[in-house]
Amino acid sequence: MKDDGAEVAELAIQEIGMGPPRLEKIVGTAALADTAASVTELSGVAVHIFSASGSKLAGDALDPEVAVRAEALARGTRTPPDLRTAGGSRYRLLPIEYDARAVGSMVLGPFSFEGDGPITSGPTLTPKGVADLCRHLHRVLDLVMWSGHKALLTSTMHLASMRESFRELTEKNEKLNEAYERLKELDRLKSNFIATVSHELRTPLTSIMGYSEMLAEGIAGPLSNEQADFIATIRTKSDQLLGLIVSLLDMSKLESGTFFVRPEPVSIMSLLVDVVATLTPTANKKGVHLATRGDDDALPVVRGDVDRLRQVFLNLTENAVKFTPPGGSVTLSAEEGIDPRDHEGVVLIAHLHRAVEVRVSDTGVGIPRGERDRVFAPFYQVDQSSTREQGGTGLGLAIVKRLVDAHNGMIRIEDNEPRGTVFVVTLPCVEETSSMPPVGADDHDGHGDAVPPIFQ
Amino acid sequence: MQLDFVAREVTIKLVYYGPALSGKTSNLVALHNLAGNDTRGRLMTLETQNDRTLFFDLLPLTFRSKDGDVSLRIKLFTVPGQPMHAATRRLVLQGADGIALVADSRMTETQRNAESFMDLKQNLKDNGLELSKMPLVIQFNKRDLPNIRSDAELARLAAKGKEPVFKAIATQGTGVVETFVGLLFLTYRLLDRTHDLSRRLGIDGEELVRTAALQLGVQTPIEELLGQKMGGSFDGAPRTVA
Repeated sequence: MKDDGAEVAELAIQEIGMGPPRLEKIVGTAALADTAASVTELSGVAVHIFSASGSKLAGDALDPEVAVRAEALARGTRTPPDLRTAGGSRYRLLPIEYDARAVGSMVLGPFSFEGDGPITSGPTLTPKGVADLCRHLHRVLDLVMWSGHKALLTSTMHLASMRESFRELTEKNEKLNEAYERLKELDRLKSNFIATVSHELRTPLTSIMGYSEMLAEGIAGPLSNEQADFIATIRTKSDQLLGLIVSLLDMSKLESGTFFVRPEPVSIMSLLVDVVATLTPTANKKGVHLATRGDDDALPVVRGDVDRLRQVFLNLTENAVKFTPPGGSVTLSAEEGIDPRDHEGVVLIAHLHRAVEVRVSDTGVGIPRGERDRVFAPFYQVDQSSTREQGGTGLGLAIVKRLVDAHNGMIRIEDNEPRGTVFVVTLPCVEETSSMPPVGADDHDGHGDAVPPIFQ
Repeated sequence: MQLDFVAREVTIKLVYYGPALSGKTSNLVALHNLAGNDTRGRLMTLETQNDRTLFFDLLPLTFRSKDGDVSLRIKLFTVPGQPMHAATRRLVLQGADGIALVADSRMTETQRNAESFMDLKQNLKDNGLELSKMPLVIQFNKRDLPNIRSDAELARLAAKGKEPVFKAIATQGTGVVETFVGLLFLTYRLLDRTHDLSRRLGIDGEELVRTAALQLGVQTPIEELLGQKMGGSFDGAPRTVA
């Protein structure tokens, strides 16, 4: 509201299109002067234009008496249109109106009519000529003001809309950020919860296993065959339960970032041989052929945590055996590859980016392409039906993925022709003599092996 | 609202809101055609290439009291109806004194009308205004099209609501003046109550609104125009058909 007459410093958005526009704001003064000059050129009469604030926008010096009247007219004071100075010169003064309001004034003159006698300056015109000229000038100004006003409103609205959209986006971003932070916190709480619960589950389970063992050994007295069978079942199931709890604990440790990897030189081939030796009894029982392929001397040295890497290949091989039907085979092979993180300019930097590629190939059911990214998600099972053939917690591959990540490696799934799956694990090699930082140095610069690096 | 004591002018901002293509601009065009040269300004449309409103349409109308002493300047705005222009709608709503919601009568548009109304409510709220305190009339436009919601249904629903509801065919000019006068009437009465306009300007406000209707070239008495509404009320208005 302007009822107290206060000047509005800046055009507020709610003022848009409300008040009268200022002539000098919607029309360029230079263009206005050109227009006035062009009318003068055609008619010979000087044209002067004043804004509502009384300042002159176009035209040369004007008789002071006329100028005072023109300024008053521009401010909205009613004035007779015709003026004749003491010297005899005639002037025509008219308001410039926009949207039925005075926004300025214009003056034509000096001029004279025929029979005025000797005059000082200006051409001789007819009354009709003056009226025509005024009407023409009015129309030109009207067009210019209309276009200028429209352009002003458009650009003001454009700017305001952009600002408004920006404000809206900023607000939304803040909300999203808050939600993200909250989710991160929830995720942390979840991992802590799993860790605590797993730990609390393991304690009583250890007792159950211990006492079953004592019973089985006959410490509490001899057992009948049936009793021994029952105890054996309790022990097998307890083992399974312990396995699950340990996996959960591993998973939550990996996710909460309290998981340690101690890097040391690892011989991949002997690791694979070790894994095969561990799982051969299981594979033989199922009728699956288990083998390794590769030459340890030809492979660069990988620096990693040997226990964690063993866990990786143990999990992968166990999985492969599980999903391979009797008569099939599982092969573990290793060869030199290229660090998968950086493939640009490979030809130049290949020697700096050496890696070992381990392939665990089976002749099992295979994994559909659409499922390949998802199998690494915790608790994910390709066959999610309750009647599925294979058991498991769905944590094995999730743990594998996180362990490989912790070694700055990559894991991917390929087809094994004609049937089956190949899990390809690429582990980057860090030369001890090279200037490259040791594994995990990203997180703990300069600490080296003294303090085990923590992987997220 | 802007009040200029020196020039003795009241400027009121009325906004035509509604879903895309419900006929907001058509309402302004019809009013522009009805108004005499002394009353109407040029209809300014800020539109995109395909004739859809981009920012707003603006129709200035200037009414003068009988003695010519006081000017009532009405700035009629439309908003762009398409959902993507939410920010622009919020901007145009700033400083609005009254709102006409132009709804599409077709059955298929029922949901979009409702969404537009909820959008209006939210945008007012974002501007720190309450819809319940804002003068509001509702227009059901396009009464000439097939598959529209029936008169009986609208009358039944309107009777339950607070807002005056008008039927219109904006492209033919039907119901446009009724909607406008109804909105102006509600708006002026509220401004009079909150800003004591009539006393401070020394005028008869109702007479001013009456004169405005006349200057739109409408000879129908204002009571009859307002009486076209379904539901709602212009309570406080004398001799209003209930």
